[in-house]
Amino acid sequence: MVKEWEEMTPAEKRADLDSKWLSPPGAEYANAEAEKAYKERVQRILDAANMKEPDRVPVVPMAGFFGAYISGMTPYDVMYDYDKLMSSFSKFVLEYQPDGHLSVMNSPPGKAHDILDYKLYAWPGHGVAKEHSYQCIEGEYMKANEYDALIADPTYFFLTGWLPRIMGALDGLKMLSPVTNMTEMYGGFTGAALVPFGLPPVKAALQALMDAGDEALKWIQTVGAFGGAMTAAGFPGFFGGGTKVTFDTIGDTLRGTRGIITDMYRQPKKLLSAMEQFTPIAVKMGVDMAKLNGCPIVFIPLHKGADGFMSDEQFKKFYWPALRDLMDGLIAEGCVPFPWAEGGYNSRLKVIKDSPKGKVIWGFDTTDMAEAKKILGDVCCITGNMSIATLSVGTPEDVTNSVKKLIKDCAKGGGYIMMSGAVIEDVPPDNVKAMIDATKEYGKY
Amino acid sequence: MAVNLTNALADLKEDEAIAIVKERLDKNDDPMKILDDAGQGMEIVGQRFADSKYFIPDLVYSGEILKSINELVKPKLTAGGAAKTSGKVIIATVAGDIHDIGKDIVIFMLDVSGFEVYDMGVDVPIQKIVDKIKETGATVVGLSGFLTLAYDSMKKTIDAIGEAGLREKTRVMIGGGQITPEVVKYTGADTSGKDAVEAVAIARKWMSAK
Repeated sequence: MVKEWEEMTPAEKRADLDSKWLSPPGAEYANAEAEKAYKERVQRILDAANMKEPDRVPVVPMAGFFGAYISGMTPYDVMYDYDKLMSSFSKFVLEYQPDGHLSVMNSPPGKAHDILDYKLYAWPGHGVAKEHSYQCIEGEYMKANEYDALIADPTYFFLTGWLPRIMGALDGLKMLSPVTNMTEMYGGFTGAALVPFGLPPVKAALQALMDAGDEALKWIQTVGAFGGAMTAAGFPGFFGGGTKVTFDTIGDTLRGTRGIITDMYRQPKKLLSAMEQFTPIAVKMGVDMAKLNGCPIVFIPLHKGADGFMSDEQFKKFYWPALRDLMDGLIAEGCVPFPWAEGGYNSRLKVIKDSPKGKVIWGFDTTDMAEAKKILGDVCCITGNMSIATLSVGTPEDVTNSVKKLIKDCAKGGGYIMMSGAVIEDVPPDNVKAMIDATKEYGKY
Repeated sequence: MAVNLTNALADLKEDEAIAIVKERLDKNDDPMKILDDAGQGMEIVGQRFADSKYFIPDLVYSGEILKSINELVKPKLTAGGAAKTSGKVIIATVAGDIHDIGKDIVIFMLDVSGFEVYDMGVDVPIQKIVDKIKETGATVVGLSGFLTLAYDSMKKTIDAIGEAGLREKTRVMIGGGQITPEVVKYTGADTSGKDAVEAVAIARKWMSAK
């Protein structure tokens, strides 16, 4: 009898996700060859993740809108036209043949964000040129004196405090009562809590959400169709889900860099308490997506813990415990945390050596990879560091040389996945080809 | 109560620094002298950052304390404040890129180091930067960019400075998360700096070499 998820041990949950990734239920392959290629690719990645030697180093370029650029399209085109999204992102995978793809999720539905008057980002045709990718607009979207509200009820704070500030069309949500007030009819509890739903500003906000939801539904069909088509052709998706470490959630999207920095000095206890409150929410976000997608790897982009962004003492106090808790929470649910250290992490290597052994994949941008292998080689799989600068302004020969060096420094004994150090956007196509082809040529074990 | 504003600021003791400033203002101490002492505190902060004893949070927080001090002292100032004598620097995040955190820290450190800084903001069109050089006569330009799209914007901006006949007398430094020596070469910049303190050091070196 199949065990319920809740009754499984972490190892059983992991085995369940691994097997769904290796053999997606209901998958239809183009032919036997594609099926074989699919399973080989997943196994190659799993072997590397499990610190074993695969047949060769897996290669997964961190592609952003690269597919659009090589198809003569702009990020605007694919964010607003899902047929174009499908054709252009497919072109990249089918022609360049990486070992895994990054879905089309990183091309969000533009129109849904238009409808909501989204203020947290500028995106193609909406604050940045149609030719460029979206960019975050940091601000103080949560005030310094709102920690108590966030800690007391994160969902209510998001719904009535934060969302109205970052989505202009949701201003009416400010008027909502806590849904937790709807305990029972007695005493007029439900009646009182229902009142806001009759108010025009709330109705307008709900209508905007429904309209944006319609658009998101169209988009998610493309997300699903793309995943299915890639599986059929033999290419697995690399990430099951994504989440963020709580320090970055608060620093990137709630308080802003200046805000969270002043909180580190002026109200450190509240900051730490909010982070603690938020960690199970962050775990759930990653786990739910991984289970839905049937793939254990959970992406965690890391921002404000990089070299220089804080001292080692501050890192150990404000960042690492939250990240460690997040990783432990994900592992307990059968996932493989994939912390992705943007910038440099050289000064952090000794701290992150305390990562759960054999259960995470550490991704690096500009970190010294020989050093990373030396320190983390017996702890976990590492990945990344194919320089985005070299990919952008170098020659294919430069790229090939970088690939060779990375394989020499990192691939010994397994536990390395070739990835770019940052997202690949409008990069010379021959350089991306060189990255993939050189890994296939020189990365054999 | 400590009496040393310089040390209080350098050690990031916000309450203490503010108390000292209030006390000195109550005693009718010369506001310029207060700002000088604060400036010396900021120099120590910069030095500690250069020595890797301080990091970005310390730098940003010192800026917050300094801002509070300035707000207290400003109403008492008779003249316009300290003269900016170190030289003129133009700072901009290049076209297409809207990131401002790194740029703003660089501007803050240049400002407290006595430079007259022209903050052009983010996503700055190439021609505007060229025009600003002409308008101000600034000889140092700092171009910031976080994204890889900034490589081309930086290159085009520097090319345009050249086409306007200004490259000879303009030194260009670039900075941002994905700047490497090969990017410096690609863009045609003179050099890059890894952080705000390096930007100050580079600007100082160029100004003194004039």
